[in-house]
Amino acid sequence: MKVGLFIPCYVNQFYPQVGIATLELLEKLGCEVNYPVGQTCCGQPMANSGYESLTKDCNELFTKNFAGYTHIVCPSGSCVLHIKDHLHSQKNEPAAASIRHTIYELTEFLTDVLKVEKLNAKFPYKVGMHQSCHGERGLHLSQMTELVAAPFSKPEKLLRMVEGIELIALDRKDECCGFGGTFSVFEEAVSAKMGKDRVQDHVEHGAQYITAADMSCLMHMEGILKRQKSKVQVKHIAEILNAG
Amino acid sequence: MSSREAILAAVKKSQPELLPLPQQDYVSTVPGDVQRFSDTLESIGGKSYLLNQEEGVLEVIAKLFPDAKRVVSVDTSITVHYLHEYESIVHHSLQDVDVAIIKAQFGVAENGAVWVTEEELKIRVMPFICEHLVAIVDAKEIVPNMHEAYNRIGLAEYGFGVFIAGPSKTADIEQSLVLGAHGPKSMTVLIR
Amino acid sequence: MNHNGTKDHAELAEKFNRDEERVNWHDRTLWWIRQKRDKAAWSLGDEWEPLREEASRIKSHTLSNLSEYLQEFEKNAQANGMTVHWAADAKEHNQIVHSILSKQNIQQIVKSKSMLTEECHLNDYLKEEGIDVIDTDLGERIVQLAEETPSHIVLPCIHWKKEEIGELFHRHLGSPEGVIDPSFLTNTARVHLREKFLTRRIAITGVNFAIAETGEFVVCTNEGNADMGAHLADVHIACMGIEKLIPKRKNLGVFLRLLARSATGQPITTYSSHFKKPRKGQQLHIVLVDNGRSTQLGREDFRNSLKCIRCGACFNTCPVYRRSGGHSYHNAIAGPIGSILAPNLDMRQYKDLPFASTLCGSCSNVCPVKINIHEQLYQWRQVLTEEGYQPKSKYMAMKAMATTLSKPTFFNIAGKAGRWAMKLVPGVVSNQYNPWYKEREMPEPPNESFTEWYQKNRKKKNEQ
Repeated sequence: MKVGLFIPCYVNQFYPQVGIATLELLEKLGCEVNYPVGQTCCGQPMANSGYESLTKDCNELFTKNFAGYTHIVCPSGSCVLHIKDHLHSQKNEPAAASIRHTIYELTEFLTDVLKVEKLNAKFPYKVGMHQSCHGERGLHLSQMTELVAAPFSKPEKLLRMVEGIELIALDRKDECCGFGGTFSVFEEAVSAKMGKDRVQDHVEHGAQYITAADMSCLMHMEGILKRQKSKVQVKHIAEILNAG
Repeated sequence: MSSREAILAAVKKSQPELLPLPQQDYVSTVPGDVQRFSDTLESIGGKSYLLNQEEGVLEVIAKLFPDAKRVVSVDTSITVHYLHEYESIVHHSLQDVDVAIIKAQFGVAENGAVWVTEEELKIRVMPFICEHLVAIVDAKEIVPNMHEAYNRIGLAEYGFGVFIAGPSKTADIEQSLVLGAHGPKSMTVLIR
Repeated sequence: MNHNGTKDHAELAEKFNRDEERVNWHDRTLWWIRQKRDKAAWSLGDEWEPLREEASRIKSHTLSNLSEYLQEFEKNAQANGMTVHWAADAKEHNQIVHSILSKQNIQQIVKSKSMLTEECHLNDYLKEEGIDVIDTDLGERIVQLAEETPSHIVLPCIHWKKEEIGELFHRHLGSPEGVIDPSFLTNTARVHLREKFLTRRIAITGVNFAIAETGEFVVCTNEGNADMGAHLADVHIACMGIEKLIPKRKNLGVFLRLLARSATGQPITTYSSHFKKPRKGQQLHIVLVDNGRSTQLGREDFRNSLKCIRCGACFNTCPVYRRSGGHSYHNAIAGPIGSILAPNLDMRQYKDLPFASTLCGSCSNVCPVKINIHEQLYQWRQVLTEEGYQPKSKYMAMKAMATTLSKPTFFNIAGKAGRWAMKLVPGVVSNQYNPWYKEREMPEPPNESFTEWYQKNRKKKNEQ
C-alpha cells in the first residue's frame, strides 16, 4: 500500500526518532512510504490561538504536498484532527476534501486499515498509556470515560501485541495533560499543574515509560519529568511498536 | 416599543427555521417495583416502611416517633392528628411541627420520589416546615420512571405540585452530606 | 490583564495555584463529583445517551420556536393568576424586582439560588436601594457572609474549607469558636435562616424549567429553601432567562432524569417543585429576562449554548476549572459554559475566557443537552480575533509563525537555526522570560531534523 507520511513540524524538528520509527514501522508492515519533503505544519498552532484566518497558506501548502494520496498517515492525533476539521483550499478544494477523508492517525491506520493483529516488537517495561484528548475525543481512538458506552482503545490494543510490555492502570484514564498548544504558555500555571498531576498518576502506578499517540502531550510531560529529575521517560507509541 | 415587544421581535428575528419536536415520546424500559423504590429511597437518605395488614398508620407513627409532641395531617383518615383548622391556620405557626403526615399520589421507583399536589397538602409549606416528614403511598401506585410519572400526571390541574425525594439535604460544606438543611431531617414513606 | 485593569483568567489562575495543596483539594473534590455523575449515568445503562439526545432535540426545537412558546407561556401563566414581566436586560430586571418590593414597602427579602440574579447583579443593585437580601441556599449564604460571589453554579462555596466556614460562622452567626463539624455548622445556618423564612414577606426564586403548555414553572433544590421562602411569603417573585422554556409538561420527564444525575449524581433533587398558581392570597410574579439571549440565539455557531440547564457537569469535569477555581473566570457563570456565554455579553471584558481551555472536549461529553462546548470555545477564539480583541503582539507572533510554516525553505532554515541556538546557547530559550521553562525543561534539540534524516537515508535510496 502506498502511503504519504505527514510528520508534524515540532516532531520533525525536535523528535526525528518518532518520524523514523513511524516510517520504519509502516515499511515493516509492507507499506510503500513517501515523505513529501516540502511539508511543514497543519496550521493548528495559529488556528487554536484564534488565527485560523492566517492558516490559508499553510493549508495550500499541505494540500499541494498531499494531493492524490489514497492514504496519509501521521503519528499525531491532534494534527490529524485539525486537518480533518479545518483543511480547505481555494486553489484545489476537491483535493483538500479528499485529504480530509484519507488522512489517518498512525494507530487508527494500523488498526482499521492494515488491520494489524500481530507485531514483531519487544519492550519489556512498565508502560503508562496517555490517551491524548484529540485522538480520543476527536478521532475516537479510544472510548471516552464520560460516555455510557463500551470501552475500547486502538493504541492499547496495539501495545498489547508488544512482547514483554506491562501496561499499568491509571486513576484517571483520559484526563488532559494540560499542553493545549499555546495554552501551555498563556496559561502556564494551570498547564504546568495539569502536567504535574498527569505525570504523578503514571509515576504512582509504577510506570517506567509514559507513551501516547501524540508527541505534544509527551513533550509537555517530558519537560515536567526532566525538571523533577525523574527516571521515568516518555516514548511515542511508534517507537514502542517499532522496538526490538 | 415595550420590552415585551422588543424581546419577542428580537427572538423571532434570531430564531432559526423551525426544527421538529421529537415525534415519539421517550420510552424507558428501566424496570421499577416497590423493592426498587424502597432501595432507591434508602440510598438517598430516606426510609421506607412496608405497612402490613394488622398495623395501622397511627401505630407506626407512634412507634417511629415516640417523642413527637406535635404531629399533624390534613388527611381525614389520620384521625387523631387531623388538623381541623387547616383552612384558617397561619402557616408560619406550623414551625414547631415534629411530624407531618401527607398522602402522596404515587411514587417513582427510579429515584425514590413521591408526587404530591396542593390538593393533598392543603398547606403548601407543610412538607417543608416540619421536622420529620411521613408520606403514605399505595404499593400499587409505584411507577417505574419519570416518563411514566408524567404520563400519569398528564395535564392535571393543580396550584402547586412537588416531587419529594428524601429528607432536605445539603453538601455545601466540603461535600459532607447533612440531612435537614432547611426542611425535614427525615422522610419516611409508608407503603401500604 | 483586562482592559479595565482587572486580572484575566491566566493571572487569577496563577494566583490560585500558589497554594498547591489547596488546588489538589479543589481538584479532588470536584473529580469526586464527576465520578458520582458517571455512576448515575451508568445506572441508566443504554438509556443515558439517547436521553441526552432527546433533551438536546427538545431544546433545539424550543429555540427554533421560542417567540411562540414565550407567548404561549405568558398567556397560560396569566390565566393561572401570575403576573408576567419582561426585562430586556439586567438593569430592567433589577428595576422590575425593585418596583415590586417598593409597592409592598418591603426592605427585607429572602432569595433562593438563581444564577440569573447573579448574572444581573441583583444583590448589589438592591443593596444600593437599601434592601436587605438574604441568600438562603447554604452555600450562597456562606459566600454572601464572606462578601464573595459563588464560584460554582451548583456548589457555590466549593472553594471554602470547613475550618474557614467555622470561623466565618463564629464571626457572623455566633457559633462556638473552632467548631468545624459540617452537621453542626449546617444546623447553625438552619436556625439562623429559619428565622428569616418566618419573618420575610417577599421571596425570590430562580426557575429551572418553564412549561409553555401549562404556564407553570419548576424549581429544583435539595435544601428546600426555595419552597420555604415561597410558601411562607406574601409575594413570590420568580426570575428566569427566556431560554428556560420547554414546550410540554411531559418533557420534564426527560430533563428531570438528566439534571440531578449530571449535577451531583443524585437520581433527582430532593424537591422538584411545580408552581402553577399563586397560593390563595399570594402574589406570584414571573420576570422573563433576555439580557443578551436573543443576540446569542442569532449567532448560529453559539446558539446551542442556550440549551444549558445549569447542571454544572462541565465545571466538574473540566481539568482547567478544577485547577483554577471559579473566581478565575471573573463572571457569574464560570467554567466551560460560562466561557462561551460570557463573551456574548461583553467581548472585551471576557475575551480571555475562551482561551482558558485546552479544548480537551470532556465538557461536551458530559453535557446533558449535548452542547458542543469545546467547539464553541474554538469558534469564539476566531470571533475574538476577527473583532479585534486580541493583542497586536499576538497577531505579529502568529503572522511570523504562519509565514515560516507556509514556506518549507524558511521552515527548514528556521528549524535548523533554532535547534543550533538551543544547543549552543541553551539560555536563549531556557530562561525566566519563557513561561514554558518556569516549570518544564525544553526538549533536547537533536542534531538533525526528520527531513534531513530522510533526505540522507531514504530519498537517495528511492532515487537510486
